Amino acid sequence: MRALLAIAAALVLWDAAVRITGLPPYLLPGPVAVAQSLWVNRGEIWPAALLTAYETLLGLAIGAGLGIAVAAAMAAWPRLGRALSPVLVVSQTIPVFALAPILTLWLGFGLAPKVAIVVLIVFVPVAQALHDGLMAPPTAQLDVARTMGAGRWSELRHLRFPAALPRLASGLRLGAIYAPVGAVIGEWVGGARGLGALMIQANGRMKTDLMFAALIVVVALSLTIYGIIDRLLARALARRGF
Amino acid sequence: MTAAAPRVRGEAPGLFAPLDLQLAPGRITCLLGASGVGKSTLLRLLAGLPTGVSFRGRVDTWPAALMGQDPGLFPWLTVGRNVALGARLRGERADPARTRHLIEAVGLAGLEDRLPGQLSGGQRQRVALARTLAEDRPLVLLDEPFSALDARLRLMIGDMAARLLDGRTVLVVTHDPAEAARLGDRIAVMTPAGLADHPAPPGRVPRRHDAADVLAAQAALTGRLLA
Repeated sequence: MRALLAIAAALVLWDAAVRITGLPPYLLPGPVAVAQSLWVNRGEIWPAALLTAYETLLGLAIGAGLGIAVAAAMAAWPRLGRALSPVLVVSQTIPVFALAPILTLWLGFGLAPKVAIVVLIVFVPVAQALHDGLMAPPTAQLDVARTMGAGRWSELRHLRFPAALPRLASGLRLGAIYAPVGAVIGEWVGGARGLGALMIQANGRMKTDLMFAALIVVVALSLTIYGIIDRLLARALARRGF
Repeated sequence: MTAAAPRVRGEAPGLFAPLDLQLAPGRITCLLGASGVGKSTLLRLLAGLPTGVSFRGRVDTWPAALMGQDPGLFPWLTVGRNVALGARLRGERADPARTRHLIEAVGLAGLEDRLPGQLSGGQRQRVALARTLAEDRPLVLLDEPFSALDARLRLMIGDMAARLLDGRTVLVVTHDPAEAARLGDRIAVMTPAGLADHPAPPGRVPRRHDAADVLAAQAALTGRLLA
């Protein structure tokens, strides 16, 4: 309810700003113009949104899988963990959109570079969060497991991994927030289809209202994906007693 | 048990001076002391757990089961699976009848399928007790097991533990003189000066909390902690 009020207030302010400043629609279209464009161009926007959503979810799944696998390997082989930990930190400082052009060059203009960018964006927070969780099991449980004679693998499987699930969920939530941005950047740099490409084209044709319409769809798409994943994670954690 | 009784001899520079703690086989030994005096370190040495201090000396111990102030239940496992945790961790098959029997023994029949988050603090501690019994080890190590409970639960669950652990070699680490006076077949007081035995009140454990001898011992033990 409060969110709806805030959105309504933002729309009113936006509309007032357009009217008061008298900016031409190709510089700043009003909310009504954007809403019209959203409807008129639905034939163009809808397939673009579906493609972007597909790239996002595919990249999210692959990135999460890779992140989980790498974090688990790092925890299982402490030497590997010590070697890779700084790499993870450093990789986080690389602005992924700077890599987008080179990925396009390597992987072509199809689906692959977009998914690759999403994978890169999602992978690090997932791996980092899960690895942190695996390395910090609750001490009371760890003492109990050790006195019970749990081996290293048993400890990893029965204690460290399940205890790290809330951290993993935080990593996945972060990944879900960043993922659609990754797909849009990929389309932006080298794509003919998808919301990112649509935004670039609309910008080039001075169709600022369409650009804004696509932007709104990106936001809605991100919120929807995040909302679904957040809900699923919360339910999965609650079922496991967290 | 043919091996020598569990015993810790040695010192941990900076934490405790040379001392000798020997447990009474088949009895409950209460190790009473103020916080930070090194009681839990002795218990962890007996459990074979890392202590984070440099200990110089010798530890003779038996296979042990551990229960701490934090019950250390696995929140994603049901009560039944928590009680049978040891078998799960060692990749063995748990005996469901025995698990059920132990859950009944601690008065939690019917709660087998609950998760720890759905239990009260006292119930969680009883699950931990059942899990400790399920391990069926010759040595049982209890580290401030009832400290987080209110006075009434502390009495009830302390008595329950003493009855269920009857006949085993038990070390109870506690900072509560009343608990030591009620539950200890033997009482050792640990202060920065070292370790000293204190005569336990007469009678079988668990003793009544309001028996004159127990109250007198409680007062004497409190005095030693204050000394």
